[in-house]
Amino acid sequence: MARNGKPKPTNEKKNGSAQWVGRKLKRKEDPRLVQGISHYTDDIKLPRMLHCAFVRSPYAHAHIRAINTEKARSVPGVAGVFTPEDTAGIGMIPCAIQMPDLKVPKHPVLATGRVRYVGEPVAVVVAENPYAARDAVELVEVDYEPLPVVTDMTKALEKESPYVHDDFRSNRAFTHVLKNGDIDSAFKKADRVIKQRMLNQRLAPVAMEARAVIGEYLPGENRLTVWSSTQIPHLLRTQLSVMLALPETAVRVIAPEVGGGFGSKLNVYAEEGIVPWLAMKLGRPVKWAETRRENFAATIHGRDTINEVELALKKDGTILGMKVGILADVGAYHQLLTPLIPQLTALMLAGCYKIPAIHISIEGVFTNKMSTDAYRGAGRPEATYLIERIMDIAAHELGMDSAQFRLKNFPLPQQFPFTTITGLTYDSAKYQETLNKALKLSKYDSLRQRQKTGWKQGKYYGIGLSTYVEICAIGPSAATPAGGWESGTVRIEPTGKVTVLTGASPHGQGEETTFAQLVADQLGIVPDDVNVVHGDTMAVPYGIGTFGSRATAVGGTAVYMATQKLKTKMATLAAHLLGAKPADITIDRSGVTAKRNKKSMSFGELVLAAYTARNIPRGFEPGLEATHFFEPSNFTFPFGTHIASVEVDAETGEVKIDKYVAVDDCGNVLNPLLVDGQIHGGIAQGLGQAMWEELIYNEDGQLVTGSLMDYALPKAHLLPEFTLERTVTPSPVNPMGVKGVGEAGTIASTPCLVNAVCDALSPLGVRHIEMPLKPERVWRAITHAQSSRDQHEAAMAAAVAKSSNGKAGRKTDRRRA
Amino acid sequence: MKNVTISVNGLEQRASVEPRLLLVHFLREAVGLTGTHVGCETSLCGACTVLLDGRAVKSCTVLAVQADGRKVTTVEGLANRDQLHPLQEGFWEEHGLQCGFCTPGMILCSHDLLARNANPSDAEIRESINGNLCRCTGYQHIVNAVRSASRKMSKRVPARAAAAR
Repeated sequence: MARNGKPKPTNEKKNGSAQWVGRKLKRKEDPRLVQGISHYTDDIKLPRMLHCAFVRSPYAHAHIRAINTEKARSVPGVAGVFTPEDTAGIGMIPCAIQMPDLKVPKHPVLATGRVRYVGEPVAVVVAENPYAARDAVELVEVDYEPLPVVTDMTKALEKESPYVHDDFRSNRAFTHVLKNGDIDSAFKKADRVIKQRMLNQRLAPVAMEARAVIGEYLPGENRLTVWSSTQIPHLLRTQLSVMLALPETAVRVIAPEVGGGFGSKLNVYAEEGIVPWLAMKLGRPVKWAETRRENFAATIHGRDTINEVELALKKDGTILGMKVGILADVGAYHQLLTPLIPQLTALMLAGCYKIPAIHISIEGVFTNKMSTDAYRGAGRPEATYLIERIMDIAAHELGMDSAQFRLKNFPLPQQFPFTTITGLTYDSAKYQETLNKALKLSKYDSLRQRQKTGWKQGKYYGIGLSTYVEICAIGPSAATPAGGWESGTVRIEPTGKVTVLTGASPHGQGEETTFAQLVADQLGIVPDDVNVVHGDTMAVPYGIGTFGSRATAVGGTAVYMATQKLKTKMATLAAHLLGAKPADITIDRSGVTAKRNKKSMSFGELVLAAYTARNIPRGFEPGLEATHFFEPSNFTFPFGTHIASVEVDAETGEVKIDKYVAVDDCGNVLNPLLVDGQIHGGIAQGLGQAMWEELIYNEDGQLVTGSLMDYALPKAHLLPEFTLERTVTPSPVNPMGVKGVGEAGTIASTPCLVNAVCDALSPLGVRHIEMPLKPERVWRAITHAQSSRDQHEAAMAAAVAKSSNGKAGRKTDRRRA
Repeated sequence: MKNVTISVNGLEQRASVEPRLLLVHFLREAVGLTGTHVGCETSLCGACTVLLDGRAVKSCTVLAVQADGRKVTTVEGLANRDQLHPLQEGFWEEHGLQCGFCTPGMILCSHDLLARNANPSDAEIRESINGNLCRCTGYQHIVNAVRSASRKMSKRVPARAAAAR
């Protein structure tokens, strides 16, 4: 793939081709999953295991005056009830982000003295079975003294607002400014300034497997084993060793089968500290399995920003500058990466456009709600929503076609690597190509025709575009809080079977398959002979984990590099055995061959020779194992164009998605089937934000949409069939030319759908509707736009009538009748 | 406590259970079959779907005592020795799963559909699985998986039996 440093595009391969990479290979993970014989954390049973359940605050803000555990202790089967006093020795829940003015409140594992959001853990009950634990939870008496609550971040910044943390005398958690270029002159020179206030509502990640933790402590070995449904087993191990004051070598974290994460398991939670502590305290294994209600209340949330966007434009549609003000709801505490997320939004706000000047200011705000943190896309969907919405609004106001308007402001392919106004260097792209391909695939012109015909008949058909770019392969270590590299080990066992150890921690993405494909190609073997091991800190060298669409581009590259090291070593041995020079050796499907003297041996013979070590060159280290820690030189920047078309019923406000077309470019593709799956799922999640999903806290801080009954997840019959195509622009950042695809769909689809709905309703004067686009909200927007238009027309008519010309007034009346 | 006898995947399981014990907990804890997953405990996500006397039910809203004397099929009971059920094959071949947590429920819900409607349209498939949530796939590959299984299953019906219908 990588010759002379620059990766070439690899085409998708038909099954049966010589190469494994690029083929739609069925997943190695699936036989165990489709038979229900794999093990998620809650499926693991240990001898003498206890179960725990948490007492959680029903108040958003209150003093804890007393906790009475007596009745709970008397429930048969209860092994113990523990309160904040007991757990005071456990370290704070960590926040990994550092910023100059960041306020980091103390965040104990059990609320101490005061609760600050509904669902905050206050006490924990341990019992012989989960039913007894839950019974006893009901009997723990907590004496609360309610305090004033603030859930609205605008109000939280007002002088008279109650403080979430008294010590800070303010609810401002942090500020961040990113500016570049001459913004004042951009706005002075502008022919038009387009302004819009937009919200990114609060969302719940809702991995289908809620969180679960098991702790087991073996005092003889001084070994604490923690099974957790996590995306970051090694980072969790490090943090747990700090929280529990154990040497890191005494802690083993296992992420078994993990049922989805979407960022919600890229964290260190209170329960992950408490459950192992309980196991040590009680001398028995302890399990906790989160309920769905707890998952809504006390697993991190995503998004929740209020945004003011201003775009300065020339008449011809050239962008001169952009100003964005963001209020970001932190919630009551920082979780691991909370303050980082809006900063990612800032970095990506330029989208895929040439913007000469930018000014972004962010304020993070404490409120009496659960923390926000990384949720699929983590800051980038927010950015893409703002830039793609304002682009569409601007196109409408300028009377330009939204595709043409975008084309006008794209950088050209030859301008890459392209430095953005926010300081990023986009690696490679052909924005024009994906856009043109999507226009063709969606039959854009005929959609516009259908729209025009529809409008004449009072039917509201709309077309939405989203030309996105995202930041993936996170990332260079300099830009990350805890290292942005990844580890990969490739070990060829004496029988020729291969074990791959990856620091990435897949939880549905399928790297057991894709990494096997890439190793198989490099060694000339079959993927079935490659076993990929992950998610066990005792088996795998230190790794960072799976998030930020990094597993393939960073983790896969580490594996690839390790394979190269191994091949170099194998060539040395083969040269020795075949009487050739190492540079003369090739290792591929036909075995191990010396090109010049045509001597050859099988892969298995060479491997065995490395282990028997009876005939090896001087200084040759026996065995065949290599490890590589890959440090990427830059992020990667996948991109693409999504086009949605919708029908809106103006009577009811109902939106029906008619077509959804996506052309994505994630660089080279290891397995097209899996890439399609990532895009599909991503689109569904992004449409969820656009159409249905919303976490609502009322003024008292109660989570009103805290169950699957109230929080509307996308369902099969609500979604259209997605039509996908790709372009392939390899990334120069890594030798495989891959970019990442885990979040693209989510990033692209949200503005795409909202753009389509607003486009449909543009003849009615609807400019913007806040998400989710529930029928009621769409209907209100239509009604509001019509009544303001009617008022405007009536005022105009009255003005005209006053100037003693009756005709226009009658005309208006007739039309409205 | 109440004694129940429930046939699970063809084997009789006897146990003394609390009347409030949910069927899903009976299967997971008493029988030890953990392929049936708990996603919400409120019958909204479908991860716990099993067949009760051949019909799909959400086992988090059935009490173990209600299943007394009845037949339950879980995902572990679908494959015939080494031969995967066509639905399991379909999900594998069409990439109908990612994290796999919803998969057993999806498969059993689709099993119920195909028993009632051997050749469902895509819309019918989507309608029938709308009580089963998947957060990973966007459902498209699940629809493909069920369609593929339905084709395979119609082919596997012996020609004579098909003619007799």
